[in-house]
Amino acid sequence: MSDDASVAITTEFSGGLEILFGNQKKYSLSVPANDEFGAPANVAFLVRYLCDKVMKDPRKELFVLDDTVRPGILVLINEADWELEGEAKYELQKNDHIMFVSTLHGG
Amino acid sequence: MPPTPCALCHTNRALILRPKDHSKLCKTCFITVFETEIHHTITTNALFARGEKIAIGASGGKDSTVLASVLKTLNERYDYGLDLILLSIDEGIKGYRDDSLETVKRNAEQYGMELTILGYDELYGWTMDQVVEQVGKKGNCTYCGVFRRQALDRGAARLGVKHVVTGHNADDVAETVLMNLLRGDLPRLSRTTSIITSTPSASSDPASNTNIKRSKPLKYAYEKEIVLYAHHKNLDYFSTECIYSPEAFRGSARALIKNLERVRPSAILDVVRSGEDMAKLVPGSDEGCGGTCSSNRPVAEEEEGGCGSAAGRTVGGDMASVEKQLAQNETATNNDLEVEITSPRPSTKNGAVPLSNGKKAKKGITPKKTNKQVMGQCKRCGYLSSQEVCKACVLLEGLNKARPKNKIEVGYDVQELQQRDQGVDGVADAMQQTSIGGE
Ligand SMILES: [Zn+2]
Ligand SMILES: [Zn+2]
Repeated sequence: MSDDASVAITTEFSGGLEILFGNQKKYSLSVPANDEFGAPANVAFLVRYLCDKVMKDPRKELFVLDDTVRPGILVLINEADWELEGEAKYELQKNDHIMFVSTLHGG
Repeated sequence: MPPTPCALCHTNRALILRPKDHSKLCKTCFITVFETEIHHTITTNALFARGEKIAIGASGGKDSTVLASVLKTLNERYDYGLDLILLSIDEGIKGYRDDSLETVKRNAEQYGMELTILGYDELYGWTMDQVVEQVGKKGNCTYCGVFRRQALDRGAARLGVKHVVTGHNADDVAETVLMNLLRGDLPRLSRTTSIITSTPSASSDPASNTNIKRSKPLKYAYEKEIVLYAHHKNLDYFSTECIYSPEAFRGSARALIKNLERVRPSAILDVVRSGEDMAKLVPGSDEGCGGTCSSNRPVAEEEEGGCGSAAGRTVGGDMASVEKQLAQNETATNNDLEVEITSPRPSTKNGAVPLSNGKKAKKGITPKKTNKQVMGQCKRCGYLSSQEVCKACVLLEGLNKARPKNKIEVGYDVQELQQRDQGVDGVADAMQQTSIGGE
């Protein structure tokens, strides 16, 4: 597979998490189809990608902790809990909707 | 992975993995189960009485929004016969509540509920902006926190409502249990695990001394499920900047809870239930409630949050976003506050309350002298207080006499306590601002 192949997905941030992403809730992204090691891009890779390429806020630890999504942030893959979909190992498919919802923010 | 079918209807695709029992449910079944469990909490604890008028402490945040939505649904579905209204507190900080109050106003329309927004100016005669003008930026959080704790009760009393419900969830309670456990403060643990508490009148007229009842219908609801419920029902709620601080004691307790949840999701409810069981073992006092409480339910924390859990937790963070350069001052201030709130103060200064479940305590257990405290009422306003005059009234007196030095006196007292009770750990509590109105 060529390096420039990409997967078109949408991501959404809510529950206050959007504050870390320039106050923008929805992003349409073209994510590389393969991760740094040539394996198919999965959610773990997407999270790294979001941190490096999309996140505006320097406080990465509010999104990622110990190389995974911070506990207390829900990940929904096409509306389903990511635990039902293989969590970080879920491989991105075209047109996937990956949503990150914080439970840590107050009102 | 092939889609997993719902464990209940066996038809729809499962979208939710329930933390408490790992069951996989579809959206429709999840919503029904979530509501039914809260109905169960309400009925088994006899939280409500038919015809009761109930004020929902509404901040526009996820917890109070879900609470309002679920109570409306259940009130209609099971014909509770409740008169539900929304009660919001406006601290009077320019720009700070704008978005959340707009959310609450929309909620009032969406749920067809009457909404009352009471300002600190109406409740205390001072907006926070005016307080800041008077006392300066340093120390103003002390005022905000102290005022907040009484605001919902005072507001309810003003509206003639005797029951206030707040959006405290299982994660909030578990966090508080852990914090009190780590502090060795079992009497407080006992009070904060109670699903119903009561506060002596917050009315300005001590003669109209009706108790304000407080309850937490979402006490056994996971924060995760509250957020998922709001998401799947498309509820309109407002989130503020994250105030999660890695150094904060409460933040650490929160992080611990969330980490435990990831490894063993049932841990949150287990901690809540452990807290309840430990509370039963805490030697209470046989003096009842110091005469202030006729029923057998625990008296509410003097320091209990005034604005719904989420709102309470975010005070500090919001203040920071209002005045970013205040960050350092706030740290200091909130350190003070935390100490003031949680110190197991020796003897007469102690602010704790006798427990209601003393009768269950085994005979062999002798209550510690220091834990026997009588909570009285403020002479001025009738609010629950360990002192003759409650903190809010003391602060108000200072403000009204245009005596800004008052805050310095408070600060001194508090620092002294900090050294005595907190020692090195005081630093860990420095970011405790988040707990000002929390539980
Ligand atoms: Zn189902
Ligand atoms: Zn008072």
